[in-house]
Amino acid sequence: MSNDAPLLQVTGLRKHFIMRQGFPTSRTTIIRAVEDVSLTIRPGEAVGLVGESGCGKSTAARAMLRLIEPTAGRVRFKGQDVLTARGDALKTIRRKMQMVFQDPYSSLNPRQTIGSALMEPMRVHHIATGAQARARAAAQLDEVGLPANALDRYPHEFSGGQRQRIGIARALTVEPELIVADEPVSALDVSVQAQVLLLLRELRTRRGLAFLFVSHDLSVVRWFCDRVAVMYLGRIVEEGPVAEVLRAPLHPYANMLREASPEPDPARRGKLPRIIGEIPSAAAPPTGCAFHPRCMGAMQACARVVPPLRPLGGGRAVACHLYDPAVAAAN
Amino acid sequence: MGALARARQNPTTTAGAVITLLIVAAAVLAPFLAPYDPTEQDIMSRLQGPSAEFWLGTDQFGRDILSRLMFGAQISLTVSLGAIACAIVIGGVIGMVSGYVGGRFDLIVMQMMDVLLSFPSLILGLIVVALLGPDLINLVIAIALTAIAPFARIARAPTLVLKERAFVEAGHALGYSHTRILFRHILPNILSELLVMGSLWMATAVRTEASLSFIGLGVKPPTPTWGGMTRDGFENILDAPWLAIFPGVAILLLVLGLNMVGDGLRDATDPKLRHE
Repeated sequence: MSNDAPLLQVTGLRKHFIMRQGFPTSRTTIIRAVEDVSLTIRPGEAVGLVGESGCGKSTAARAMLRLIEPTAGRVRFKGQDVLTARGDALKTIRRKMQMVFQDPYSSLNPRQTIGSALMEPMRVHHIATGAQARARAAAQLDEVGLPANALDRYPHEFSGGQRQRIGIARALTVEPELIVADEPVSALDVSVQAQVLLLLRELRTRRGLAFLFVSHDLSVVRWFCDRVAVMYLGRIVEEGPVAEVLRAPLHPYANMLREASPEPDPARRGKLPRIIGEIPSAAAPPTGCAFHPRCMGAMQACARVVPPLRPLGGGRAVACHLYDPAVAAAN
Repeated sequence: MGALARARQNPTTTAGAVITLLIVAAAVLAPFLAPYDPTEQDIMSRLQGPSAEFWLGTDQFGRDILSRLMFGAQISLTVSLGAIACAIVIGGVIGMVSGYVGGRFDLIVMQMMDVLLSFPSLILGLIVVALLGPDLINLVIAIALTAIAPFARIARAPTLVLKERAFVEAGHALGYSHTRILFRHILPNILSELLVMGSLWMATAVRTEASLSFIGLGVKPPTPTWGGMTRDGFENILDAPWLAIFPGVAILLLVLGLNMVGDGLRDATDPKLRHE
């Protein structure tokens, strides 16, 4: 799979929010939600994007789809520049990249029937109209495990899990190749989570979909994804095959994250997670490596120099001075 | 339970609806039900009190008050309905677009609306009618202008909330145009608020129309208007008090009826009650 041309290639993505507060002399604060994110997703591949709340993972995902305009960086979908596309070109690219949202209650228009919500994208993209569109919508519902009589009903008649299925069906109506799923199951009950995850994996296999799976739940990412990228304060600090990264994380932050994540293994029972401090504000990030104030292995260089994401072989990469032979030797 | 069903359960709303519908019926059926021609003068029977022949009496030209009230209701309702319909459409679009676009554009548009809002509606109506001249269309324009700003505000506030909802984001991701998102996804979600506000503002529009007619800036005589009839009656208030009282009562009833309906609809669509 690694020889395929990339489906989505993100380079140096940045998103800064500018806040002006105060009167009469306003102070400008720049919130560096996404500071430097580079990521490649190949066709059919599922990449997990994990990190604490507020690390910028959702913002990064939205910036890739241009649901918010990134401040800098490049996003290419099958070689086409997403960030400079306009009009019909953008519409065509958007069709191929769809999003599944976290909150199933706000992701559907309360005044629109399910059928209308599923047929509208087909009409906009000239895929089907009339009876043909309705038949496709019914087939789409069937694919996500809902009966065709749901077409004439409104969102409030469905449960959270059902609504999430409808949201997934809507994303599929335009035949995307990449699904960006922003915490797609974290708002659901645990039993429903499993059903929706199974559905997503089934769709992935059947349709050969690629996924960017944004989550804070490591066990879900381990089960669903091929590769994982760990984000901390707007930057990717570690990346690699999901099994290896989560079994033996290299970056101290990735390690802390894994320790804090419960594992159904009696041998590991009773081990308390060691978490030091909390995520700093993106408005005033620490100098050097953003993680150094919380890091057990911090060196002098960590407070001064931002460690670049360095490939280590085997598809793994880490942004940490501990793994830089030059810095480690100087220490 | 739907909002309309809840509104029907409220006796005040029902009473308001009955009053309003009776006046609407009187206006619509005026050409068939009115006992006399509202502009026909009869000097022999001028300034008569209520009697079997003239139920509500006659004015200084001997015209039948009841017939004039029925035809006057046509003017009141046409002007206020037309004005509020214009205000809902224009104000609604301004508020929705302003809130959706946001940023500096929103700031400038809403400050313009605030300027409009700072004029008392009667003064604003007076200026417009004085500039354009008193006729039916200009009256509609004048009263619509006084109501645009409130409707812009009513439309803008929920738009600000809705544009952040995931279904709007999903629309962007699906490649929908801004026009489609605004009119097919945001508008249906704010329409009920606009219509409830519309029924309350109808009452205000009736009052403004009557006030403008009272000071002589309404539809020109001999066309009967409630405000104009009240003013005419005022000249003979001591000899024939019914001339001013009956049109005054008509204005009062219509304003009251519309307010009762509007209040009931507002309560019925209150999101806090929606899930009960």
